[in-house]
Amino acid sequence: MKEYVSVTARFDCDGNLLPVILHWKDGRDFSIDRILDMRYAASLKAGGAGIRYKCRIMGQEKYLFLEDNRWFVEGK
Amino acid sequence: MRYILHSDCNGFFASVECLYNPEIRNKPVAVCGDADKRHGIILAKNEVAKKYKIQTGEAVWQAQAKCPELVTVGAHYDIYMRFSKMAERIYSDYSNFIEPFGLDESWIDITGSVKDFKQAENVAHEIRERIKYELGITVSIGVSFNKIFAKLGSDYKKPDAVTVITPDNMKNVVYPLSADCLLGVGRATKKRLENLGIYTIGDIASTPRNVLHSHLGKFGDTLYTFANGYDMSTVKPQGYSRLPKSIGNSTTPSRNMENLEDVKIVMSILCDSVCRRAREQNLAAKTVSVNIRDKDLFIINRQMKLSRHSNMNSEIMEAAMSVFGSNYEWRKAIRSIGISLSDFTFADEPQQTSLFVNEVKRENKVQLDKSVDSLKRRFGAFCVRPAFMLKDKELSSFSPKEENIVHPVGFFG
Repeated sequence: MKEYVSVTARFDCDGNLLPVILHWKDGRDFSIDRILDMRYAASLKAGGAGIRYKCRIMGQEKYLFLEDNRWFVEGK
Repeated sequence: MRYILHSDCNGFFASVECLYNPEIRNKPVAVCGDADKRHGIILAKNEVAKKYKIQTGEAVWQAQAKCPELVTVGAHYDIYMRFSKMAERIYSDYSNFIEPFGLDESWIDITGSVKDFKQAENVAHEIRERIKYELGITVSIGVSFNKIFAKLGSDYKKPDAVTVITPDNMKNVVYPLSADCLLGVGRATKKRLENLGIYTIGDIASTPRNVLHSHLGKFGDTLYTFANGYDMSTVKPQGYSRLPKSIGNSTTPSRNMENLEDVKIVMSILCDSVCRRAREQNLAAKTVSVNIRDKDLFIINRQMKLSRHSNMNSEIMEAAMSVFGSNYEWRKAIRSIGISLSDFTFADEPQQTSLFVNEVKRENKVQLDKSVDSLKRRFGAFCVRPAFMLKDKELSSFSPKEENIVHPVGFFG
């Protein structure tokens, strides 16, 4: 399942776009502790392709995708 | 030795649709035109649908007769274009000589970066893997020493495969293939070759050049060159664009055109689109062609030469309507209509003025077209329109320029 999410992101000095906070649909906010990896990748699970951020959120590793100009995560 | 890759996305439109809709991935899927707008033909199909012998170009109902469980989905050109750009981004990591052939195919010349076919094959596999990982679709890639055999290689083994054709193995790989596997050999040429007892690419290669020339003319020489691997055409650098030979638009409106008024509405929109596209590219045309298809799918194609090059809406419209008026007798309603401009020169080149035309008025019209162009660029194609279009919104509610997709030109174009 593809879950589009609202994200607060920032540009760093090199022009990279980095997600900072993930706003979940029920109103909860999750800050992204660390970005472990950043690459172009497809999501076969959710159905889409774009830049894939491997993020550590509350001790767990999650993929966050930026496709065109929308963010999504792979839902259950 | 040159090292050229030809990358072909397998069932491109259908693969992208399957990526976006995981639930249909294992079902037979075909991407179709909009049946409600009477564009209901198969544009692409996935591997499962191929097993049912579904053909690109056949009507949706024909395909459904072969495979009742066929899943049909509409086309999303914006997504396909994005995927095409993403693939090009990957290719551009390996070379700046990338020549697209449609949205889903590209030649890539990597001569400067590899030493031998082994290395070229490795690069091909790397590209294949990256496309699968980054785009979620598969490609087949042909590796060879000329563009023709590279393309042949990409068709040789599908999907998700690499085929290498070298001067050493070409006799084993290429020669046994049927003649119509060669780029440029279609149904008609195949038949003519068969009449000469030529069935395979090897047969073409071993036929003396003068024999092919005497039967097929100049094209016979081309086939001889292709089949023997003598093709020397180069892969164009990225961003290269050649001067178009023609600019055209056609449409099948949601209802048939019954009278001159209907034709005028549709023609006016098509004229506006082709003229705007010509003006954008700074081109002016001397020849206007009109294509008419009646409700029984009978086609007529007529053209006329203008007295001077033009890209003005009013002049092109007048020419198109005059071609139409003198060639169509209204025995049947019209299903679709098209217009095409050709025989171009650059619009800002000096032209011979006419003694019988008020050049000041003409120049004013040129300026008017330019002003309307800039309005349409900013506010969309529907912001300024002739009043008569409002009479029939069903016929006039399309904008071919904005929806226009430039499809691949022929290899010989």
